[in-house]
Amino acid sequence: MAHPLNTPSVGLGEFQARDHAWHPAPLTPGYKTSITRSRGQPLLSLPQTLSEITGPTFGHSDIGPLDDDLILNYGHGGEPVGERIIVHGRVTDGNGRPVAGALIEVWQANAGGRYRHVKDTYLAAIDPNFGGCGRCLTGADGSYAFRTIKPGAYPWPNAANSWRPAHVHFSLFGTAFCQRLITQMYFEGDPLIARCAIVQTVPDPEGMARLTAPLDMAAAKPFDALAYRFDIVLRGRRSTIFENRLEGN
Amino acid sequence: MVSRAKETPSQTAGPFVHIGLAPGVAGLAPSPPELGQVIAGRQALGERIRVEGRVLDGAGAPVTDVLIEIWQANAAGRYNHPEDDRELEVEPGFTGFGRVVPDFATGVFSFETIKPGPVPGPDGRSQAPHLNLWLVARGINLGLNTRMYFGDEEAANATDPVLGLIDSDTRRQSLVAERGGSAPVYCFDIHLQGASETVFLDI
Repeated sequence: MAHPLNTPSVGLGEFQARDHAWHPAPLTPGYKTSITRSRGQPLLSLPQTLSEITGPTFGHSDIGPLDDDLILNYGHGGEPVGERIIVHGRVTDGNGRPVAGALIEVWQANAGGRYRHVKDTYLAAIDPNFGGCGRCLTGADGSYAFRTIKPGAYPWPNAANSWRPAHVHFSLFGTAFCQRLITQMYFEGDPLIARCAIVQTVPDPEGMARLTAPLDMAAAKPFDALAYRFDIVLRGRRSTIFENRLEGN
Repeated sequence: MVSRAKETPSQTAGPFVHIGLAPGVAGLAPSPPELGQVIAGRQALGERIRVEGRVLDGAGAPVTDVLIEIWQANAAGRYNHPEDDRELEVEPGFTGFGRVVPDFATGVFSFETIKPGPVPGPDGRSQAPHLNLWLVARGINLGLNTRMYFGDEEAANATDPVLGLIDSDTRRQSLVAERGGSAPVYCFDIHLQGASETVFLDI
């Protein structure tokens, strides 16, 4: 007999399956660390339940007023060195609908390519006015924006002379734990993108292109900051009946 | 018919994920509040437990730069989410969401929470109590989903629809944490690769 508390009143709004051929494979030997950290067994596919279609949700009380401004949110009496930029875009789902109230967290190196992290020992200088950490929530139309400085390229121990292209790390929550995603945004025109073993883990050139933010002169602020546009797509529901269900919550 | 847009491709979280997701651990003064620090606050009901373990790579070395997220139901089996609108309370102080990073030297992680209740599964069946986990680290190209079940829930585990999908008993046991200690501690090591590889899930 079914338990009366067995399903939510409105039923389950399952999500589209993840296309694993579109994402990087676990084992990508050009990126050496993946060799000992990649799973060898296939994933076990599950029917989605409440465990997968729910997830943590966040509100404005979870973030601070300067969290979306990396130029000001770590200042110790001054502003960071570097090229002032705006990074903005929209978060939509697989059905093209905006994802409202999505928490975006970003982190990045400073203009010299140095992270403010106890484990980063690169010889480029720490910037006393740059932390490199930001957060924001998407608006009703899925839009978001950060103000920051353009990060620098930096060397990393993969091959003998490996350099990461300038990038910003992005972490995204939708409304469901199964939508959780971490990725990296690159900058249009950077010659290191095509040379990067981590970019090359993405199997499809079209997928790689999706991670490169074009310069967006229309969003630049004259005499202040250039802008780059990075649109993000999270998994959508299988049935559009369930779209926008969280509106008003 | 709607046109489907492809998901943005994943990239590794890299070694400095803490700056963004656990800034206090990275050595930054955390901007208030740091998210995921309390899964079940003082007013949360249920049995208080601790979970500890390590994430190990294919060479048996601890993955010290991993970040694990936890998503769980409360003791009544209710998720703190508007789509779980069953008539069950979510008590104040229960978020159900946690973030944990291991000690950078030893790779041992530990977190405190309450033991969740059973939650609904497919076809009207019940799922055994479990924690939903998501792991990211340098060298992991796409975040890994898995679950932790409770070793002292033998009857519920025996009929759990997800554990029931796993043919190999050894592999099934990779999702079950053994209980020890008088203040209950569940030990849960996650093996990324090799003979003891943990079952990872396509959710």
